[in-house]
Amino acid sequence: MELFGAIITLIGSLFLLLGALGIFRMPDVYNRMQAGTKATTLGTIFFLFGISIGHLECGCFGKIVVLILFVMFTNPVSSNALARAAHFTGIKLTDRTKKDDLEKDNIKNKGEEK
Amino acid sequence: MRKLKHSILLFLTLMIFWILFTSLDVQELTIGAIASIIIVLMTIGLKPVLSAIKLNPKSILFSIIYLFVFLKELIKSNIDVAFRVISPKLPINPGIVKVKTKLKSPLGRAFLANSITLTPGTLTVEMRDEYFYIHWIDVTSENIEGATKSIVSNFEKYLEVIFG
Repeated sequence: MELFGAIITLIGSLFLLLGALGIFRMPDVYNRMQAGTKATTLGTIFFLFGISIGHLECGCFGKIVVLILFVMFTNPVSSNALARAAHFTGIKLTDRTKKDDLEKDNIKNKGEEK
Repeated sequence: MRKLKHSILLFLTLMIFWILFTSLDVQELTIGAIASIIIVLMTIGLKPVLSAIKLNPKSILFSIIYLFVFLKELIKSNIDVAFRVISPKLPINPGIVKVKTKLKSPLGRAFLANSITLTPGTLTVEMRDEYFYIHWIDVTSENIEGATKSIVSNFEKYLEVIFG
């Protein structure tokens, strides 16, 4: 059981590593956020889960379930807030961007106000 | 009535968390119950958001299915993003698209937005009325209908039953 837990923990840290690499490689804020949110969420879930089943004797399974739930609920909220703030302060999207509906609608709304 | 439902659901949620944190001991349960009641009384003036949850056998079944669908999507999304990160060419095709939701309740929309953020290559940027603005790492359809179908519909059919 301890070995199994250790393997899951290892997978989790691998995802965290990929997330860090993603933040490094992606071209703009929004794409970085993509790598940052998803990889860290699953990485943390695997990591904590691996610890909880690797050390069953500590009786911390319930606590870790609660931790996983909190990470799952709060992580997307924070990344959403960051992405929203980034867009509102006018940080440009990368040149490879296909389209930006939000920008288009903002311009449209401004036009209607005038 | 809505207030009462909200209060009961809030109390049960708090108690479940308390039990997960501690143990099934009479003394601990009593303290937990007292604390939960105090919290429920403190928040009674706030908006009863939890009352949007429907309580019937079908919605409970759908919540469980939803959890599994969600976990599957979460793992799929991670593998997808991981491949994009490690492939040398960085195959991204990003853009912000607009999608429309059918959900009415604020809690349901919050759940949907969170689920979207955690699934394959999508990140909720902004929410206005019934439209979500989503940053998509690989834009495959540019109109509202197509994007709605491929991003939202998968979750919406479950959340619709749970939250209405």
